[in-house]
Amino acid sequence: MGKPTKVTNDIRRLRFANGEMTQAELADRIGVTRQTIIAIEQGRYSPSLEMAFKIARVFEVPLDELFRYPEAQP
Amino acid sequence: MSFEEKSTWIYAVILVGVSAVYYPTVFGQLSTTAVAAISYQATMLTAIGVAIAVAIVAHVVVAVASPKDADKSDERDTNINRFGEYIGSFVLYGGGLVALGLALAEFEHFWIANAIFSAFVLAGFTTTVVKLVAYRRGF
Repeated sequence: MGKPTKVTNDIRRLRFANGEMTQAELADRIGVTRQTIIAIEQGRYSPSLEMAFKIARVFEVPLDELFRYPEAQP
Repeated sequence: MSFEEKSTWIYAVILVGVSAVYYPTVFGQLSTTAVAAISYQATMLTAIGVAIAVAIVAHVVVAVASPKDADKSDERDTNINRFGEYIGSFVLYGGGLVALGLALAEFEHFWIANAIFSAFVLAGFTTTVVKLVAYRRGF
């Protein structure tokens, strides 16, 4: 399976750290489908800035704690 | 699988099914009948009508089977749909140009109509394949 985005995230870890929140619950809270949460967690979809902020707000963490982008190669 | 992905599968199956019946039915007559005498219009209109009707019924069935997900879409669905339609539009443009060429060269209506019909079918099929790959492999 391909990895179309270099953006990585900690959503899975944060879900479990927040009372083992399910993907469906997170999806409902930010108004997307569960499949989109799965795709983001697996690195198959890079969410919009707005959705990224919504997810960060659910976990009450700053964006760069939730999403990471690799450093540019010299 | 999201409702939008199921919907894409429905269109893919319908396009394959309609093509599997339409093309052998109509083009199978080429070996025995003169092009100008082939009665393709009713078959083409029937194919379009059946495709629309089956799509409606299939969407209703899928919605009833999983009412919670029915008609639910988000930005990922929108982006994937936009990408699929964008790629599919190039196929449609190509088919349109072929049909235009056939019309300018004064080919039989049979060829022009079928070139346009095929452009829609191929564009639709390309769109659904691109969307399904995006859903499965990522976007």
